[in-house]
Amino acid sequence: MLRIVIAEDAVLLRAGLVELLTRGGHLVTAAVGDAEALAAAVDADRPDIVVTDVRMPPGFRDEGLRAALDLRSRHADLPVLVLSQYVATPYATRLLGAAGAQRAGLGYLLKDRVGEVSEFLDALRRVAAGETVIDPDVVRVLLRQQSADRPIARLTPREREVLGLMAEGLNNQTVGARLNITEASVVKHCGNIFMKLDLDPVEGNRRVLAVLAHLADLQGE
Amino acid sequence: MGTGRATAENTGAGATGAVGAPSSFLSATTAVVVGAAVGDSEAVRAAGAVGAGDRSSEVAVLAALRARPLRFPFTRDSLRCWAYLSGGAVLGLVTAVLLLALTALGLGLSVVGVGLPLLLAVALSGLPAGALERSLLRLVEPEQVPDPHRALPGAGRPARLRTRLRERATWRELAHTLLVAPPLAAAGLGLTALLLFSATLVVSPVVVQALAPETVMLIPGHAVPGPLHALPFTAAGLAGLYLGGHAGALLTTAHVRLARLLLGPREEDSGGTVLELTRSRARLADAFEAERRRIERDLHDGAQQQLVALSMTLGLAAHELRGHVDSGGGDADGADADGVDRPAGALVLVDRARGEARQALEQLRALVRGIHPQVLTDHGLAAAVAEVALRHPVPVEVDLDLPGRLPGPVETTAYFTVTEALTNAAKHSGATAVTVHGRVADGRLVLQVTDDGCGGADPAAGAGLQGLADRVAILRGRLMVTSPTGGPTRLRLEVPCSG
Repeated sequence: MLRIVIAEDAVLLRAGLVELLTRGGHLVTAAVGDAEALAAAVDADRPDIVVTDVRMPPGFRDEGLRAALDLRSRHADLPVLVLSQYVATPYATRLLGAAGAQRAGLGYLLKDRVGEVSEFLDALRRVAAGETVIDPDVVRVLLRQQSADRPIARLTPREREVLGLMAEGLNNQTVGARLNITEASVVKHCGNIFMKLDLDPVEGNRRVLAVLAHLADLQGE
Repeated sequence: MGTGRATAENTGAGATGAVGAPSSFLSATTAVVVGAAVGDSEAVRAAGAVGAGDRSSEVAVLAALRARPLRFPFTRDSLRCWAYLSGGAVLGLVTAVLLLALTALGLGLSVVGVGLPLLLAVALSGLPAGALERSLLRLVEPEQVPDPHRALPGAGRPARLRTRLRERATWRELAHTLLVAPPLAAAGLGLTALLLFSATLVVSPVVVQALAPETVMLIPGHAVPGPLHALPFTAAGLAGLYLGGHAGALLTTAHVRLARLLLGPREEDSGGTVLELTRSRARLADAFEAERRRIERDLHDGAQQQLVALSMTLGLAAHELRGHVDSGGGDADGADADGVDRPAGALVLVDRARGEARQALEQLRALVRGIHPQVLTDHGLAAAVAEVALRHPVPVEVDLDLPGRLPGPVETTAYFTVTEALTNAAKHSGATAVTVHGRVADGRLVLQVTDDGCGGADPAAGAGLQGLADRVAILRGRLMVTSPTGGPTRLRLEVPCSG
């Protein structure tokens, strides 16, 4: 069971999220409608994870995202799952850029995923456990936005596939299963990817962060 | 930019008949946009003229003088000033004499009735004089002072006369010719004389030398004994020439300003009508834009949230049912007498409902995107194009290098240009790859969408393209479509985006 703080300004969605998470066996300690209340609730409740919308009052721009970044700078060990209405790589870029050095879990999902209840609950658990979960659509955009003269172009199509799945936060075994290849060949592909992107092959979550930060960095150029 | 335009025209010429001349179609559209009140050619000319007037508030000569105040008398600009001033002085004198003669003659003969047409000619004399002055100004101004009169193609002489007599511009020109031009011409003449005198002073030692032993008197009563004694006069002459350069520039500036004031179009003229029309169109477009954003916000906060909540609830229902079915609950009490597995059946239905909710949500999103996409408001053109490229069935390569955010109307127009081009590429061309390329150079956004499809697109057939051309025209931009048979189809958008 996780202790969760939710920030979502649309009442219907907030109620829906509370019900969904409660039925999923978690405890929602606070469900708030704006960024200020979110910060207050986190300080008061010290939850296991924060789930927040990007767009919130008063400006309806990126208040939720900014609140999440702010919370992480104050609570380095706080896992945050950000929900977005649409794919916006700038959000992901900022989130990943800020998260690069930290170990706490991080998630960036489209709101549509919430309807896939078991996947959503699974993603929530993984983020709470310190993993990184990025929406496949966001990963696709990040991968596609790299133009021809950039290092990512050196990857073979297969390596791109592996990188994409890796960036979603999957481990080698799962990547192998998805692509119908052995774990050993996934490891081989990973080695090539790290070599081609001039990255140090580090393990686990930090590996994903490294890749994503790298992509985000390139994209921000 | 130059090469791009050339390419567009070349491919345009090679296109099939159905394609027509793409650029002419679009420029025709532009003409219609601004020409709603008056005749086409008139509208375009006046609109362009007003635009030019907006930009050239700075006088070129004055700018040159300010840029290099010390060196100005030695520049080519200074020469142009003198050419203009001396030409203007001669012209002004001739005009003044002619008009005086005409007026006197007209007044004298008016008793017998013959004088009236002569007086009428005097009244209209501002027309040719103004036109002459405007073209003479081209010597010192890169932008011509626009003609303030309405073009009257095909009008008969009486109609033309009546219109001209009713136009305020005619009377402003007359005022300029009778009241402003003569003193200016006199001043120009005086300056020219001063210049000539200074030039004479400069060469005075040579004159003294040449005329010796005759005495030369530069100041009455004081003979200059030798060439060396004339040197101070040379210095005075040089100073006169130098300062004359500045005085000439200032007088020219006065000419230009007065000409713009009296000989150029004003808002109350027909050009002003077109300007007002263009502005009101822009205001209308802005209002539509604001309305679109409001609708987008309403849909986002209303229906869209409800649908997300609905699919969430349905997802929850499916989750619960699946747990029920998986845990074997269906065996014990779920199956009724007929042996139908109720929870499993319900799960199928709920899953279908989820699919339908997802579709509805997707359709609503598409609708919102068509109105005004949220990502465009929040993140600008590059992010919005990236998102639209992601959803596109044909692979799209996006290469946008833009300096931060562009003005809202430019972003919106550029975005809808891209979506329109992508839609057409997917629908008609059978393209397998599309590239979107955009840069900002010299304060203009240049955006190109190219697909490798079969080409032969007819720009006139698409209502979407027409609407786009209208938007682009309001922003004073250009939209070009080239689509020769066999491809490639290229949509090129150029919009000023410096504000």
